[in-house]
Amino acid sequence: MKGIIRRSFAPAAWLGWQVESNWASPLLFLAFSVLKPVAGVLILVFMYNTVSRAGTSAPIYGYIYLGNALYVYVGTVMAGTSYSILEDRERYRVLKYLYIAPINIPVYLFGRATPRFLAGSLAAAITIFFGIVFFKVPVHLTLVNWPLFLTALMLGVVCLAGMGIVLGSWTLTLRTQPWFLGESTAAALYLFSGALFPLTLLPRFLQPIGYLMPITYWLELMRRALLGPAAAVFPTLATLSNAQLFLILGVQTAFFLGLAFVAFRFFDRIARDKGLIDALSDF
Amino acid sequence: MNAPIAFAAAKTTRPDSGWRLFLRTIVARAYPRVVGQQREKAWLFFETFIPFVAIVSYVYVYRALDAPPDYIGFVVIGGAMTAFWINVMWNMSAQLYWEKDNGNLPLYIIAPNSLMAILLGMALGGMLATTLRAIVIVGLGTLLFHVPFALSSAAELAVIFVLSMAALYGLGMMLASVFLLHGRNAFQIVSALQEPVYFITGFYFPIRSFGFTLAVAVSAIPLTLGLDAMRQLMFASGPTLGLLSVRMEMAILAVLAIVFVYTAKLWLDHMERRAVQEGALTDRRR
Repeated sequence: MKGIIRRSFAPAAWLGWQVESNWASPLLFLAFSVLKPVAGVLILVFMYNTVSRAGTSAPIYGYIYLGNALYVYVGTVMAGTSYSILEDRERYRVLKYLYIAPINIPVYLFGRATPRFLAGSLAAAITIFFGIVFFKVPVHLTLVNWPLFLTALMLGVVCLAGMGIVLGSWTLTLRTQPWFLGESTAAALYLFSGALFPLTLLPRFLQPIGYLMPITYWLELMRRALLGPAAAVFPTLATLSNAQLFLILGVQTAFFLGLAFVAFRFFDRIARDKGLIDALSDF
Repeated sequence: MNAPIAFAAAKTTRPDSGWRLFLRTIVARAYPRVVGQQREKAWLFFETFIPFVAIVSYVYVYRALDAPPDYIGFVVIGGAMTAFWINVMWNMSAQLYWEKDNGNLPLYIIAPNSLMAILLGMALGGMLATTLRAIVIVGLGTLLFHVPFALSSAAELAVIFVLSMAALYGLGMMLASVFLLHGRNAFQIVSALQEPVYFITGFYFPIRSFGFTLAVAVSAIPLTLGLDAMRQLMFASGPTLGLLSVRMEMAILAVLAIVFVYTAKLWLDHMERRAVQEGALTDRRR
């Protein structure tokens, strides 16, 4: 285990960090890392302020703000794994060398995703901090349920990593527009996971998609941890207790980890058989 | 063709130059853009699907806030225009950098045609496909969310659209040389600036929400005024939420178009000179 971490995880995490950050000075990198999620959340703040007369104490305000701020993890952890594979395969063209190196590829992928997770955590933290200080998001740090927050965060990130491995493994076998897989999955989940609005606003026939997604339950737990009882005012998941939400999220996480294991073996074999490890999707 | 005939044909065929070469370069570079995109059906789908999903999310945000129906229309039009921004940034500004990465840039530099014509060809080819995508997005949005259009002047709308595109693609051309000079950073910068631009351009809300001074300051991005004018012309509540009069916005967009295209020409010439003098700008290892 120690050998795998030393040989596969640590170098991958270091490499990922260099790829992500060494194009700019640390300060500039930090600024760019924060700019994107803060701008994304500012769009919603201005949309809210333009049409709403309810003020920032309305439950929907905190719901929208935090949903968007936390959604950064979906892009960085889940879609990021798929991007890592494509970057290594097509941009830097080193995936073939990694495959013949004595490393564990899934562990390597976790390592590559780690800097994205850290950058995402920093961005989410700063976005929420901005929200509290400048945009009156009703989060009171002394009233936050920290154990609930940290447990839900960890469980959610593990689940997203599992989903990321599934997507990343699938990416290995794609030659047509593979770059869109992670992005379009993240975009679809943005709509169906209740990140910005309660699922009950969606047409009834689309709501089941949202109820099947672990991100729906993860975001609800995170909001409850940060906002307290005000988070549970929307009818979507109000009938479920925190324990029930954890149970659902836990089962879904176990499912996606199992699926990640199977998917990696399956797609990896296809990619090897068809010679796709060093394929390029240029046209 | 036997050798003497080929020799005679070569002697009588004069190579294109001047405006003829410029125009033929535009057509030649636009052609693969148009044809290539038709061959990549998956690309067409994803480039329509991803912005559309974002639009639907923002529409539901306004619905959650009980916003007036015109705001749904603002989101649909703004979302459709994001396709142009993405096209300009990824397929034009960053294009020379991609070409360098693929090893094609030296060919562009040593070819006797102008880089500006190559970029214009990319712009026209890309704009055609992007316009089709934008029409699909507006059509779907209108159909699904019953957007209440109240078009006041189709002619002014057409002029605003053309001026916005001229200024936007001029800006893209200008940035192409900047991105090339900054190498790998281009990818990161384009990616990092996407949401900030969506925010300051007011893709999803009236730009007047910024207050007059800040709104005028961010009007250097052509889509800001372009979108504001389009909303004024397309929706009943548009004029009350507009920043400046449509005529004024038209005039500013015309000035922006001229300034951006002229600056792009200067910078591209400068970059071409550097590429020839230093011989290293086109090296993909840089």
